[in-house]
Amino acid sequence: MTNAINMSPAAIAINRFGLGATLNDPLPGDPKNYLFDQFGQFQVLPSPLAKLPRTSELMTEYSKNLLEMRNADQDEKKNTQRILRKDSRDDYVSAVRARAESALVTPTPFVERLVHFWSNHFAISVEKPAVANFAGAFEFEAIRPFVLGNFRDMLFAVETHPAMLIYLDQVRSIGPDSQAAIRAAARDPDKKHGLNENLAREIMELHTLGVRSGYTQTDVTEFARALTGWSLSGIGRDRNNESPASGFLFRPNLHEPGDRSIMGKTYSQNGRAQGEAILRDLSIAPATAKHIATKLARHFVSDTPSPGLVDRLTNAFLENDGELKSVYKALIHSPESWSPAPVKFKTPWEWLISALRGLGRQDLEGINIVQLLNQLGQPTWRPGSPAGFDDIADTWAAPNALLRRVEVAQRIAGPLGDKLDARTIGDKLLLGSISKETQTAISRSESASTGLALLLVSPEFLRR
Amino acid sequence: MNRRDFLRLTSLGAGVLFASPFLTLANADTDRRFIFIIQRGAADGLNTVIPYADPDYAKLRGSLAIDVSKAIKLNGMFALHPALAQTGRMYASGQALFVHAVASPYRDRSHFDGQNVLETGGTVPYQIKDGWMNRFLSLLPKSQNDAIAFASTVPMALRGANEVTSYAPSALPQASDDLLMRVTQLYAQDEQLHGLWNAAMDAKNMSDDASAKQDPASFGKLAASFLSKTDGPRIAMIETGGWDTHTGEEARLDRQLRSLDDMLAAIRDGLGQVWSRTTIIVATEFGRTAAANGTGGTDHGTGAASLILGGDVNGGKVIADWPGLSNSSLYEGRDLKPTTSLDNLIASLIAASFNIDPDKINRTLFPENTRKNAISGLIRT
Repeated sequence: MTNAINMSPAAIAINRFGLGATLNDPLPGDPKNYLFDQFGQFQVLPSPLAKLPRTSELMTEYSKNLLEMRNADQDEKKNTQRILRKDSRDDYVSAVRARAESALVTPTPFVERLVHFWSNHFAISVEKPAVANFAGAFEFEAIRPFVLGNFRDMLFAVETHPAMLIYLDQVRSIGPDSQAAIRAAARDPDKKHGLNENLAREIMELHTLGVRSGYTQTDVTEFARALTGWSLSGIGRDRNNESPASGFLFRPNLHEPGDRSIMGKTYSQNGRAQGEAILRDLSIAPATAKHIATKLARHFVSDTPSPGLVDRLTNAFLENDGELKSVYKALIHSPESWSPAPVKFKTPWEWLISALRGLGRQDLEGINIVQLLNQLGQPTWRPGSPAGFDDIADTWAAPNALLRRVEVAQRIAGPLGDKLDARTIGDKLLLGSISKETQTAISRSESASTGLALLLVSPEFLRR
Repeated sequence: MNRRDFLRLTSLGAGVLFASPFLTLANADTDRRFIFIIQRGAADGLNTVIPYADPDYAKLRGSLAIDVSKAIKLNGMFALHPALAQTGRMYASGQALFVHAVASPYRDRSHFDGQNVLETGGTVPYQIKDGWMNRFLSLLPKSQNDAIAFASTVPMALRGANEVTSYAPSALPQASDDLLMRVTQLYAQDEQLHGLWNAAMDAKNMSDDASAKQDPASFGKLAASFLSKTDGPRIAMIETGGWDTHTGEEARLDRQLRSLDDMLAAIRDGLGQVWSRTTIIVATEFGRTAAANGTGGTDHGTGAASLILGGDVNGGKVIADWPGLSNSSLYEGRDLKPTTSLDNLIASLIAASFNIDPDKINRTLFPENTRKNAISGLIRT
């Protein structure tokens, strides 16, 4: 039988909706109010994040680097590239650390979890080296400020951020009949310039409508045409142009002229406004509402959420024009959310953060979090595909993956054996939902640090 | 089988078992090894097994077209990407064959749906809840159906009712034996964790290569070290990623194929004697557009190429009912038209390799697949 321990409402609020109990936080009074109250207390830029470079600075650096690479001679190129890769790796590592530190000390763990959810929904991947510089800034500036706002605003911030435009190859997509393509063909008829439909497809399939919701290949191609011109400042010939803070720049000479027809609707706007009009319609489409509702329900309630719950969240989305707080409220008010069985198996990120919080960590001194997450199988901002990381137990509960958690537990618990007593903190961290078997195993362990490691890999700590 | 079972079987028409040229399940040729290497991201078949003699190839690909003088010529029609040098030598020695214009039943262009169809063996995404490799295990005798994913998690194709293990070298300090033993006790009562943990311990005990190197050759060597053991796993899956070449395809595909080539050669070398009883298939969720896109790459397409390797594959040939690349021959005017069912190819390959009735394989692995004509000549007899 799968662990029969029931979670109390307080345990659900803290461990299922939040990032895991710490030893210092007071118990929530009313679990629902405890979650609602976090909406008012959320900090968009908490101190661990405040010290990181902003997108605008990174953009300036990026365009300087591109120029440097272009001007480097053959011998220098390798070396320059090596230095640049290291720089962007450093940017990446400090952003991951800052993200984890925020998660350790946040006073609003439910909203922080929502940030992680949305960041995975709008997944980018640092597999592309150029994305590595921007990955942190993407989450901190295109996701965080909007998690309690309107879905449309987050969508616009995401699709115009350099990380997304680079990751899904939008910056190089050119309208086949645009001024730029015509000029280029005149210069060199053999060189092809044209569309790249990657961003258009993934916006429809992953970010908004969801796959198999009725759009066709023609709709994807039409949307890709409409998006031509969505580009970045500071790259290519006009790199000396004044750089807007976001890095986004609409380039009219790349834009495919003409009306676009998508799912039966004609968009006759010119230039940038055309893509925006389509994006606006996508942001409030019923299929989008259902897609988002399903993913939220899956994340918080069950790998296979009930249609009733999904419908309720879908309606909350549609009735409130994509205001996300209304959707979260519907989620919190749903009885399914408070089902006492711990059915969600924590992802590696969720597990590691909850383990560090449970051990009382407030910072990451001595912990190579990037490496630990790699070894656990969930490298931050590197999901391997634009679909992001899976959110179901079948993906994460696997033989070798469990062994990795045991190895990590031993490693992070090791130094704390004489400071924490697993026999007493177990009950506190699991808010009463600790099994007799786990308590017995802990009390019989040969050392205090083994006891701590066992607590962290216990069935009830692996689930939420 | 006792007398009563025998009577029950014959009364159900299982007498046909004895008339069949194929071995019964209990005697399936289980000393064999089977490896499925998935290429996630839609690998570009047209630049892997290059139809250089098709007059439209060079036109469609423009600067992305592979220079045939640098490629490995396979026959009058096809050449192999130059990065696949060791694979090319296996082809020359009759240990590799390639199948072109193949596709799963999936006809849209989403990676994730496409991979789901490829791995579950359904015809539409999420129709079947377990993977065809896991169902294949049910056709092998219990004592000889150990399967492994060389990854820390288990990919969809291997998920299902049959227990499988997973292994990938870890860079973390090993957990102490005492802790491992206590975790075993701790999970004893947990339905989900109990089986997973035991499988993890089995795989851990089998790994004699403690190095955590993840380069393709080391990875191939590691896989071979498991599969060459007499009591080790017989069925394995390896995942490769990075095939989604929307931009910069020339350099990226070269790197990808070079890695694949190194891994395949390392598997062959590491398997030693067992190589003669091993079958490998390399396949992807769908191919890429016939024409280059506007950004030095290709977009999501349909028909792709599959590589089949092994000590006794009937190698040295390219199997293709070639549809051509002229505008009117392309699928939806943009993709290589699929003319061979990937499901059927996999079923035929496994049937021949393990000497099991192809209909039985088809029914179990690809229950929605209506094509029953097995592709012949894949394995030397």
